[in-house]
Amino acid sequence: MKFIYQWWWKVLAVVTVLYTLVAGFLGGVPRLFILHETIRNTYFHVPMWMAMFTVFTISVIYSIKYLNSGKEEHDLIAVECANTGVFFFVLGLITGMIWAKSTWGEYWSNDPKQNSAAIAFLLYCAYLVLRNAIDEEQKRAKISAIYNIFAFPIMIVLIMVLPRMTDSLHPGNGGNPAFGKLDMDNRMRLVLYPAFIAWSLIGLWIATLRYRIRLIEYKQNTL
Amino acid sequence: MELYKQTLSLLKKEILLEWRSKYAFNGVLLYVVSTVFVCYISFNLTPGFSGSNGYKIVWNVLFWVIMLFASVNAIAKSFMQESKSRLLYYYSIAGPQAIILSKIIYNILLMALLSTLAIIIYIIFFKNVVGDPLMYFISVLTGSISFSTVFTMISAIASKAGNNGTLMAILSFPVIIPVILVLIRLSKNAMDGLERSLNYGHFEVLFAINAIVVATSLLLFPYLWRD
Repeated sequence: MKFIYQWWWKVLAVVTVLYTLVAGFLGGVPRLFILHETIRNTYFHVPMWMAMFTVFTISVIYSIKYLNSGKEEHDLIAVECANTGVFFFVLGLITGMIWAKSTWGEYWSNDPKQNSAAIAFLLYCAYLVLRNAIDEEQKRAKISAIYNIFAFPIMIVLIMVLPRMTDSLHPGNGGNPAFGKLDMDNRMRLVLYPAFIAWSLIGLWIATLRYRIRLIEYKQNTL
Repeated sequence: MELYKQTLSLLKKEILLEWRSKYAFNGVLLYVVSTVFVCYISFNLTPGFSGSNGYKIVWNVLFWVIMLFASVNAIAKSFMQESKSRLLYYYSIAGPQAIILSKIIYNILLMALLSTLAIIIYIIFFKNVVGDPLMYFISVLTGSISFSTVFTMISAIASKAGNNGTLMAILSFPVIIPVILVLIRLSKNAMDGLERSLNYGHFEVLFAINAIVVATSLLLFPYLWRD
């Protein structure tokens, strides 16, 4: 747990995000039909989902830990990671919708990937509603941890598996080539992969800040 | 072996209880019949509905929506009707896995029976347009199995969180949507009488989802059952 109080990875995250901003807007990109300059959105849209997966995974890990240990701190980490994940989920949806407007023509075009993402969003909203429905702290922690673990594989199936089985406009699904294979060149990879790490770290940072605030509140309330 | 024996006797007890009161069965059956009848009357307010273009699509989707709500209602009862003292008694005589397994199996049996009856009633009212009846029936059975596995665990969670119906709906619908999407696609293929081998992929996905759900239920129920 010492890790969250160290500063080096926060500096690394900020510097790398600044690098992806500069290199993302100024660097060279392949000129492609329909996409044109919007291909630069890859640097922002995809890392949002990466950050979301990172914090949701941590959330599930701490839910499992909570069930084994019963420590209130673990539950606080799980819920704050889920909150941060929902925030990045919204960002991912919004960046995706803006991109869809300029390339597919509509903000929402009934695409399987979009629909699955919306359903997975409902899944995590349900998690947050479930937490509000129970007053007793330990019971709330236990039941929501169980639902969190139950929801995570379903979320993976929704976002990663189901859209791949049907026709979809989204790259990487329904026989469409993924970005990586056809459209991207090495110039883009030099920006995209650091962006994955940088935004995941930013997500982690937000989650740890929220966790530390909650921890202070919790300690104050128990005294 | 212990698990097997416990599951079997708990399952026997569930069936016996249901056989004596027939409450869940009759209640849900009446629910299905009245919903089908309401839909029948409402749709036939428009003359020429059964000959219209979208009839097949409506037929299929409507059936699954009715089944969805019927199964939520049927399975929500499975944990909520248990009194606290009776649950306490179970905990002293059986393991958590046996309890959740017996509930899942019992719900599968109940839902299989109910959906068979439901499809018969549905066909009586809505003119049959299924091209491949056997395949459609198999997809209905697969659907009832999937509904049972998902809703049993959710109903356990919801009953622990204060027994309200809203929570059951909120928690279960996002989880059931992927299942119902695959089911509607599968049954639409059966309805159009398409080549059966096209459906194997759908069955694999449903099987995978069921396996995940049952495995997580078995793993998580031991943490959930005791207060």
